[in-house]
Amino acid sequence: MISLAGRDILHAWGKFAFTGVGLGLLIGVTLSMAGVYRGMVDDGKALLDNSGADLWVVQQDTLGPYAESSSLADDAYRGILTMPGVAAAANVTYLTMQVRKGERDVRAMVVGIAPALRGVAPGWPPYLVAGRQITRSHYEAVADVSSGFALGDRLAIRRSQYTVVGLTRRMVSSSGDPMVFIPLKDAQEAQFLKDNDAIWQSRRRSEANPSFNRPGVPGLFDAVIASQSSNASVNAVLVTLKPGQAPDVVAESIRRWKRLTVYTRAQMEGILVGKLIATSSRQIGMFLVILAIVSATIVAFIIYSLTMDKIREIAVLKLIGTRNRTIAAMIMQQAVALGLIGFAVGKISATFAVPIFPKYVLLTPLDALAGLFVVLVICVLASLVSIRMALKVDPAEAIGG
Amino acid sequence: MSDYGIRIEGLRKRYGKGDTAVDALKDVNMQVAPGEVVGLIGPSGSGKSTLLKSLGAVIEPSAGRMVLGEQVIYDDGWKVRDLRALRRDKIGFVFQAPYLIPFLDVTDNVALLPMLAGVANAQARARALELLTALDVQHRARAMPSQLSGGEQQRVAIARGLVNRPPVILADEPTAPLDSVRAMAVIRILNDMARTYETAIIVVTHDEKIIPTFKRIYHIRDGVTHEEAGEGRAFA
Ligand SMILES: Nc1ncnc2c1ncn2[C@@H]1O[C@H](COP(=O)(O)OP(=O)(O)O)[C@@H](O)[C@H]1O
Ligand SMILES: [Mg+2]
Repeated sequence: MISLAGRDILHAWGKFAFTGVGLGLLIGVTLSMAGVYRGMVDDGKALLDNSGADLWVVQQDTLGPYAESSSLADDAYRGILTMPGVAAAANVTYLTMQVRKGERDVRAMVVGIAPALRGVAPGWPPYLVAGRQITRSHYEAVADVSSGFALGDRLAIRRSQYTVVGLTRRMVSSSGDPMVFIPLKDAQEAQFLKDNDAIWQSRRRSEANPSFNRPGVPGLFDAVIASQSSNASVNAVLVTLKPGQAPDVVAESIRRWKRLTVYTRAQMEGILVGKLIATSSRQIGMFLVILAIVSATIVAFIIYSLTMDKIREIAVLKLIGTRNRTIAAMIMQQAVALGLIGFAVGKISATFAVPIFPKYVLLTPLDALAGLFVVLVICVLASLVSIRMALKVDPAEAIGG
Repeated sequence: MSDYGIRIEGLRKRYGKGDTAVDALKDVNMQVAPGEVVGLIGPSGSGKSTLLKSLGAVIEPSAGRMVLGEQVIYDDGWKVRDLRALRRDKIGFVFQAPYLIPFLDVTDNVALLPMLAGVANAQARARALELLTALDVQHRARAMPSQLSGGEQQRVAIARGLVNRPPVILADEPTAPLDSVRAMAVIRILNDMARTYETAIIVVTHDEKIIPTFKRIYHIRDGVTHEEAGEGRAFA
């Protein structure tokens, strides 16, 4: 037996090719959308991986530091360091803002990293693609290459100027913004420091307050002003554990003794994926559903019109004794062939489109496989309408009136 | 081999029910011997197509009897379970329009029938080629139907009707689209094929050019058949 579907496709290859390409571009968009979601998840994981932390200690009852704002005392890490099982603990600040370089500004996540006693502290970029790590405690920066900054560039963050001394790769926030690392002290200032007017206002208020400005207690007023203008907060403490320590156990003891909220790596991933990008992923899911419906409609319409064109031939095929099964198989095979052409075109176009996207897009083989499966299911379902119609064709129609 | 390739006795067909019922066939009686070509002639609406459809097992008659060779296929009800296989193996169809499958080449259009019956591709194509040769279109064997002239298409359609060596061929206005030379050629082919393969052939026609070629003619009027002798001119 010959393949009726195959012969028909060869005969009407132009129609098939055009439809296949059209469908393919649609499938390409669908695969890219899935890739955008995977990219977001992967950005989140990269963020967690690159922080080098086993535990995140944050302000009590917050989901910080990535999903909610969190603020805790910058000396809390000292107490955490003494907890059993803790290898290292370092302050860190995160602030998403516009970082200026000359006329241009780039949306970036500014990360304040604590000075390392030896080597690299938690929160530091684990590896550089160029330059060196920050060595001075002020005005040096390490930027991700995706920011477009280069070694030696001068960046403006708030009122201070920073020199780029190192470059990283794939160091991005959970929303894909490049990271710019600066010394903790500078970052604290950038995040918590009031502007001059605010300082002046608050100084004036304190001066007018008799309980701060007591004539009989010299030095008190100055101490009050000093404490008001210092920045004793950070967003989180990143903790690494000694080998063989169970993260849950150490996290529980920090929670109990320090009365702070602590997340393990698994919990942090749950927050990023389950909360921070949950709406985005539902948004993308919605798009995927719409694209699936549009694709199904296209396949159904094309297969329907191809079948309509063949109604006479189908009547003849039935009259001369072709089984319903053979006719149904012909139509379904054409739908599947269309799906396969579309999938191939879609996969190729998505692969070529990935580098064009501004954010990270991750195409996984598993998604491609799932996509292929969905495409085939859609094609089979879309062909059912046409098959039903073809099976209803009366062989008597071939004989005519 | 029985005396008759086709025997129809008291066949009736009523379309619809009640007030709107139409008695398309009231009393049809026909006998066609193997190797014989008979004409079926009647005005429009007389029941010719209904008769072909009944004999072709695509509509169910209301009463009567139909026998193909030694097999009773209808006796106040179908006597054959698989009508599809009956059509495929026992009945060849030739239509007014050739209705070739546009996406199959000439050879495969003809070879499709034996393939559907489970014959291997190579063997089915060999059989198709044999018939195409007999019908003198073997030089078009690899062409697509759209590349053929009307006469060539009709010959391919006849080859398709014959390829499974059915004991019966039903031809519905097979010469209508053809000029008289080609029409006569088609009738000659049908007569040759009937003789060669012992096939009983019914040709439904209005075509004045070919009517004199039949030795026997059935006239049908208002669903009733009358037999009469034809001139049998060119094929005595
Ligand atoms: N499917 C049908 N339903 C109802 N009446 C029909 C149907 N087909 C044919 N008829 C009627 O049966 C009669 C015979 O029709 P038909 O067999 O097509 O005649 P012919 O082919 O000789 O023109 C006509 O009166 C026609 O209107
Ligand atoms: Mg008719």
